[in-house]
Amino acid sequence: MSDNELIWRIAGGSGDGIDSTSQTFAKVLMRSGLDVFTHRHYPSRIRGGHTYVEIRAAGHEVQSRGDGYNFLLALGDSFARNPQEDAYYGNEEIKPLSENLDELREGGIIVYDTGLISEEDVEDLNLEERAEENDWHLFPMDLRSLAREHGREVMRNTAGVGVTAALLGMDLDPFVEAMEDSKMTGDVLQANLDIFQEANDIVHEEFEFTHDLRIPEGEHEEEQALLSGSNAIAYGSIDAGCRFIAGYPMTPWTDVFTIMSQHLPEMGGISEQVEDEIAAAALAVGASHAGAKAMSGSSGGGFALMSEPLGLAEMTETPIVLVESMRAGPSTGMPTKPEQADLEFVLYTSQGDSSRVVFAPGNVEEAYEQTRLAFHIAYEYQIPTIIIYDQKLSGENTNVPVSFFDREPEPDLGSTLTEEELKEAAHDASGKFERFQHEPDTDVDNGVSPRSLPGQSGGRYLATGNEHTPTGHISEDPDNRVFQLERRLQKLDSIRAELDEEHESNQTFFGDESADYGIITWGSSQGAVKEAVERLNDAGSPVKGLGVSDMMPFPEDEITAFIESVDEVMVVEMNATAQFRGHIQKELGRYGEKLTSLLKYNGNPFEPAEIVESCELRIEDSDEEPTAQVHIEPAAGD
Amino acid sequence: MSAFNAIGEEREIDREEFTADNEPQPTWCPGCGDFGVLKALKQALPEVGRTPDEVLTVTGIGCSGKLNSYLETYGFHTIHGRSLPVARAAKLANDGLEVIAAGGDGDGYGIGGNHFMHTARENHDMTYIVFNNEVFGLTKGQTSPTSPKGHKSKTTPHGNAKSPIRPLSLGLTSGATYIARTAAVNPNQAKEIIAEAIEHDGFAHIDFLTQCPTWNKDARQYVPYVDVQESEDYDFDITDREQAQDMMFEAENALHEGTVLTGRFFVDERPSYQDQKKDLGEMPREPLAERYFDEDAKWERSYDLLDRHT
Ligand SMILES: Cc1ncc(C[n+]2csc(CCOP(=O)(O)OP(=O)(O)O)c2C)c(N)n1
Ligand code: SF4
Ligand SMILES: [Mg+2]
Repeated sequence: MSDNELIWRIAGGSGDGIDSTSQTFAKVLMRSGLDVFTHRHYPSRIRGGHTYVEIRAAGHEVQSRGDGYNFLLALGDSFARNPQEDAYYGNEEIKPLSENLDELREGGIIVYDTGLISEEDVEDLNLEERAEENDWHLFPMDLRSLAREHGREVMRNTAGVGVTAALLGMDLDPFVEAMEDSKMTGDVLQANLDIFQEANDIVHEEFEFTHDLRIPEGEHEEEQALLSGSNAIAYGSIDAGCRFIAGYPMTPWTDVFTIMSQHLPEMGGISEQVEDEIAAAALAVGASHAGAKAMSGSSGGGFALMSEPLGLAEMTETPIVLVESMRAGPSTGMPTKPEQADLEFVLYTSQGDSSRVVFAPGNVEEAYEQTRLAFHIAYEYQIPTIIIYDQKLSGENTNVPVSFFDREPEPDLGSTLTEEELKEAAHDASGKFERFQHEPDTDVDNGVSPRSLPGQSGGRYLATGNEHTPTGHISEDPDNRVFQLERRLQKLDSIRAELDEEHESNQTFFGDESADYGIITWGSSQGAVKEAVERLNDAGSPVKGLGVSDMMPFPEDEITAFIESVDEVMVVEMNATAQFRGHIQKELGRYGEKLTSLLKYNGNPFEPAEIVESCELRIEDSDEEPTAQVHIEPAAGD
Repeated sequence: MSAFNAIGEEREIDREEFTADNEPQPTWCPGCGDFGVLKALKQALPEVGRTPDEVLTVTGIGCSGKLNSYLETYGFHTIHGRSLPVARAAKLANDGLEVIAAGGDGDGYGIGGNHFMHTARENHDMTYIVFNNEVFGLTKGQTSPTSPKGHKSKTTPHGNAKSPIRPLSLGLTSGATYIARTAAVNPNQAKEIIAEAIEHDGFAHIDFLTQCPTWNKDARQYVPYVDVQESEDYDFDITDREQAQDMMFEAENALHEGTVLTGRFFVDERPSYQDQKKDLGEMPREPLAERYFDEDAKWERSYDLLDRHT
């Protein structure tokens, strides 16, 4: 745990505007030279319900939530439904304060809005007493009245940020600049500026600074941009030349869908909100078939509806990119909570032997990188490619150097022929193009049979979800079947070879290379694992880590080498049935006795300390249970 | 320069171009009404000047879905009920294509009913032919959404308790802008209606009565048929929604009483979805698919969107 860091939590009700406020604050922190990482915790409702955004900022790299936090801005929930303790949801008015106390670190700061949080409620919490015990520093202030005085009640967010800036000793100019840059104008802007300034003044006039916490120092070598995983997926798609998206809203996938819908029309692209997810995936197939770079996506339930069109894309070898944004399941589950429990589903859903590519990016930069790669692979190999991520990566914002995005777009249609090329290509006696050749007459033997597009002269063929001959005619001939099926599967080996030989690895290695203890994780849990590994090494327990993104085709060599290099591996993932561990064993056909699991499925992502604790217990061979709400599932025979 | 030179090509078109030189021959049962659709299409397409390489026929699953196996065009034989979303996306990606979707009554009015409703509502510029044989043909004759009340099959051994769907009325309320019914036994009318539907700018829905002698034995060959435009017994304005609705209602009832009323039921000049989307700036004027072949095309980059993030 670094001392030189701020973890600021703004808590209120859904609809209290804490998202935009925290976005502005995160930008100010980033501009002042700090690395930032945000985490959003919110309920599945539009108004009310306890929600918070956490911003971690430090002078060093931050890739994950921290352990707990050190600054609470409790706004009170202006949409609270129940002010009674015995109500089903408890007393909602006090929740922004009461629900957040357990994780507040020693020496932490609490600012709360006395305009919404009543004296009596605070007394019931024994706040003073607890503050004393934990060396918390309390700053009660009537933010609501201050906001009302100059503008409207929602502006108490701004007042809260003003208090924050004062208490942390921050320079005010960057805040003023950020507010002026935002969408606010005229009276609204002026009111916010006034509230911000006055809040600042009040702190200096009325409070004694008993706390030690101050804004950390940091400096960036180059300009940074603050983006979420959803931004990165959308931007990777745009830069890959994707100009067609079809979808149906579902949290958390909606973020990607709306970002694309905002930009595509201005870029000569097309966005379609359609009747359901079956249609959405079918539209992606149809658009790609006709020559567009196309995508669709959803979250668990919507993705389930996409199963059959996904299989159609496999069978007709239609390139598409789908994104699946996981949330806690089964069924409607917990719509706004992250989980990594759709892995097996995404790998195998749809009938028949599956032939698809699945990437699970570990952070914002990887989300961009692997989405671009997904389009490249999909269009080159005529195969559906899926980006699987989760509610956590979808909404987390982190800073990325602006120069990272300064590169050429890649709108290439891959293995698609031009009319010129079609003239040379194989046709049958009646003039039909041999779209699905048994042994494609191409320079490389990678299983890909180049395609034509409808409307091209001389490229006529039939695409069908039935097994088919080279020109696409339905056929149940055994020899043809074996040729076609094996060729479709051969593409996966070719893709694995290309990924190994021509691209930088999508797997991330970290920690002490000579360590005998290893941690493997996948997707968005990578950041927390990476930080845990660093801490373990700092504390004298040598550990190495591997964050895996290639789910399919499986990076057999890299993972085998990693497992072979250590005595024991802990597989860390956010689900209850150890899906990725099972996947490793299936793909490698062994290692059952070597793989322990650390699982978390309470709706909240891992914090580094939870991983550190569990890992230490394993290394010490202890029988003790971890104190956190996680579960250690021992290796087979353990 | 276009990358799709089959589109808009002006030349003499021989009817035979739409028939493959070699296999496969249609596998439909002798006397099946599906032959009638195939024949009418082969006649209509050259008549409206479309060449095999500029037509994309998208079908569902069923006996009817085999249509594009026997028709020389670009084809996409999709999955059960999903021909419409595939077809309309292809049209959005390249609206130079002549897109024709087709499938059975189960495919289009049952499992794909939601897509039918919405594709009609949005008024996509395409033709949709529903092979209505009032049964599930391919899966051996089960009751379908258009089977008459009381219809007995292996899944409704005591007779069907459900009233049949009203396909024409459904098309109308959903928003289709050309609605007609024809029958396999009426090849001339079928050809003309298909030609009109192709020329129509918007969603053209044809409920095509295709007898299934194998599973619908007691049923009908859809004769004698009456063309509502030609018969003196019927007089209504096909551009008038209310009159069209009444006529459809009557035709749907009459079918189960043994009178086969066919012809055009509704025509509306509402702009197509593609045109509306273009006018709103939500779809490029030049086909999207062309852009990928245009070496001078300028591709926007996310790098230029970063202002909002810095
Ligand atoms: C999702 C799905 N459910 C069921 C089937 C099985 N199936 C194939 S065709 C068909 C019904 C065919 O009836 P219809 O659409 O009227 O076409 P017809 O054969 O009569 O032309 C069914 C149920 C399938 N292929 N896919
Ligand atoms: S089963 Fe009926 S619909 Fe199918 S081919 Fe035979 S006659 Fe035609
Ligand atoms: Mg049928």
